[in-house]
Amino acid sequence: MSSTELKPGIDPNTMSIIVTKGSLDWAYPPFILSTTAAAMGLDVTMFFTFYGLPLLMKDLKLQVSSLGNPAMKMPMMGMHMGMPNLVSAIPGVDAAASKMMKNLIKKKGVASIPELRELAVEADVRMIACQMTLDLFEYSKDDMIEGIEIGGAATYIEVATQSHINLFI
Amino acid sequence: MADQVLDAKGLNCPLPILKAKKALKSLEGGNTLEVQSTDPGSVADFAAFCRTTGNELVEQKEEGGVWTYLIRKTG
Repeated sequence: MSSTELKPGIDPNTMSIIVTKGSLDWAYPPFILSTTAAAMGLDVTMFFTFYGLPLLMKDLKLQVSSLGNPAMKMPMMGMHMGMPNLVSAIPGVDAAASKMMKNLIKKKGVASIPELRELAVEADVRMIACQMTLDLFEYSKDDMIEGIEIGGAATYIEVATQSHINLFI
Repeated sequence: MADQVLDAKGLNCPLPILKAKKALKSLEGGNTLEVQSTDPGSVADFAAFCRTTGNELVEQKEEGGVWTYLIRKTG
């Protein structure tokens, strides 16, 4: 069997994503890819661990931070402006940057994260919350949206062995 | 004339695709969907979507910044 051939039994239309980051900006790639893959007929599983776990919470309070993020430059007054770390560290700056980002998202017709998550649920994307992370950060399954599963590393690895595309975000 | 028209103007990636998928779901096989989009990225994306899902991209055109795709649902 050549390396480009699929192992017998693996459906090419399967994808898994490990979701490890939960800020407003990092919430986009996993939800955009999962909803789009599902729309294109793929079976998709998302495994939410560490800072990705809060993306499953009923009440989303997503924020973005320009701290330590030199690539984050917002279009402002006809140019692109970044934020020096010293300014980013001031209380309230993250909240302001988050508000700005949400305004931009709305203005540009980009879906909100709650909207994309809803579409993912509708499209039967399988969502697994990491049990260890729930324990570690003292979250309860009751804080999370309906329809998710709980699992651990072995649960994910089993999914990965049956998925043609496996992403870590 | 398409059997159904989807106005996805002003929406950004991946919403035109997600909404098109939803609209196609409600269509009978063999019927057509017209999608209108202002997203320049939709050109590559609708081509890829149709190749992967097997739906037929019958026609596409652009006029004044609006792309129109005619998709025939297969099966």
